[in-house]
Amino acid sequence: MNFYAIRAIFGYELSRFWRTLMQSLITPVISTSLYFIVFGSAIGSHMAQMEGVGFSAFIVPGLIMLSVLTQSISNGSFGIYMPRFSGTIYEVLSAPISSIEIVLGYVGAAATKSIILGLIILATARFFVAFSILHPIWMLGFLILTSITFCLLGFIIGIWADGFEKLQIVPMMIVTPLTFLGGSFYSINMLPPFWQKVTLFNPVVYLVNGFRWSFYGQSDVSVELSLGMTALFMVACLVVISIIFKTGYRIKT
Amino acid sequence: MPSSPIISVTSLSKTYASGYKALDNVNLEIQPGEIFALLGPNGAGKTTLINIICGIVNPTEGKVLASGHDVIKDYRQARSKIGLVPQELTTDMFEKVWHTVNFSRGIFGKAPNKSHIEKTLKQLSLWHKKDSRIMALSGGMKRRVMIAKALSHEPQILFLDEPTAGVDVELRRDMWDMVRELRKTGVTIILTTHYIEEAEEMADRIGVINKGKITLVEDKAVLMKRLGKKKLTLQLQNPLKDIPKSLASYELELSKNGTEISHVYDVQSEHTGIADLMNKLRNEKIEVKDLQTEQSSLEEIFVSLVHS
Repeated sequence: MNFYAIRAIFGYELSRFWRTLMQSLITPVISTSLYFIVFGSAIGSHMAQMEGVGFSAFIVPGLIMLSVLTQSISNGSFGIYMPRFSGTIYEVLSAPISSIEIVLGYVGAAATKSIILGLIILATARFFVAFSILHPIWMLGFLILTSITFCLLGFIIGIWADGFEKLQIVPMMIVTPLTFLGGSFYSINMLPPFWQKVTLFNPVVYLVNGFRWSFYGQSDVSVELSLGMTALFMVACLVVISIIFKTGYRIKT
Repeated sequence: MPSSPIISVTSLSKTYASGYKALDNVNLEIQPGEIFALLGPNGAGKTTLINIICGIVNPTEGKVLASGHDVIKDYRQARSKIGLVPQELTTDMFEKVWHTVNFSRGIFGKAPNKSHIEKTLKQLSLWHKKDSRIMALSGGMKRRVMIAKALSHEPQILFLDEPTAGVDVELRRDMWDMVRELRKTGVTIILTTHYIEEAEEMADRIGVINKGKITLVEDKAVLMKRLGKKKLTLQLQNPLKDIPKSLASYELELSKNGTEISHVYDVQSEHTGIADLMNKLRNEKIEVKDLQTEQSSLEEIFVSLVHS
């Protein structure tokens, strides 16, 4: 294992994170704070409790997930897309480094950024809403698992994209709607039975519910199912990435 | 006994997905410690060959060994011996010189070594720019940064793909000096270039690639001797109106109002005919004031090879 190479990529990506602090950290924190102010404090005070939890507190896990998912995809995709775009990928391809080490470096850095972001948003939420975390270890576990999984998805998008437009399409057109429709702001039990069944095809439902369970001990789907579906999604991403490296898709001619 | 080659390319071919055949059964051996210049017109396959050796492009057929290691099966060993300076100035423009060079060392699996990076930056006159962002550097400085990155992991083999493209004359000469210094440290250097002058100035051996095929590999001096023509120019004491008929077989050219005769001859031929020519000039009472010979340049040789 080329640990120095993994460390080099990891450190390089994190240094980019600190260099672009405004874009990578402050912007999502500000936008999430606005959600808390509008949906939590302003509207939430007039909403009924959801599954025994005040609306403002109920949306905390969902809002954290919304940011973590979009930022994970963004971090994961930019990390590998930028070297492809600028041509500096030549250095990675010509280095004595395996595909696993490349993924560990880029996805590891992207996931670290997402986890830091998630924890900062969690801390920020405390300024606006009072909430408790019933299972903090599980909460951290879900946060890490989700960050890694969606950074892997971002990595795939970063290799697939051949322009900045494509890089934005998946997070904006697919992930954000899925997150909004995945029970971030409501319990899926509030939906008519038909739409409840449709919603179960949305992978974000399992992420949000697993995460919410770690906060309040309640979820619309069982925690085992949430964990299993997230792990399944992660495995699917790993399989796609291994195919990408085996075939050299969009990396090697 | 000759040492084993540091780079060995055997029956290497590359056909891109578009069907374009960039390399066609290339065989090439580079000896340790030499400066090898690969010449060829645009699209000849120079960069494809380098990229396959460095692991950036997959070969369609054939085998490449770098320092005795297969570049595919034993890629870690092979790649750790190679440094590459690509044709384009491709680096993170927002990054600082010190960080980007250290990144390159790390990605090649080497433990951090500040003193080596410092030495490399000083060798390339970049030390005073170590905290500058790359975007703030001049084109020549950026090119040096690329070289520093390639040297950061102490490679045995250095590929320079068009190292002085777009670089001014002074900097080009600095680069040549730097390459010679590197060779003294035992680094094998393979450079591709459009500038024949560059190959003529620096290379020990020259390879010519055209349409994906290596058409010639030769010691530079031997190549110039073997393929070179010489031009003899005679300055005359008194101007001539015409070349005398007795000298017609020499295909002489009269210029400068009849005060200069030039004759191109093959240095390889057993009888260059120079002595006969001088005798006949004396017989014709043509007095020679001065004479000079001029060896044909590598550029002329290259053009004749590529278009033959």
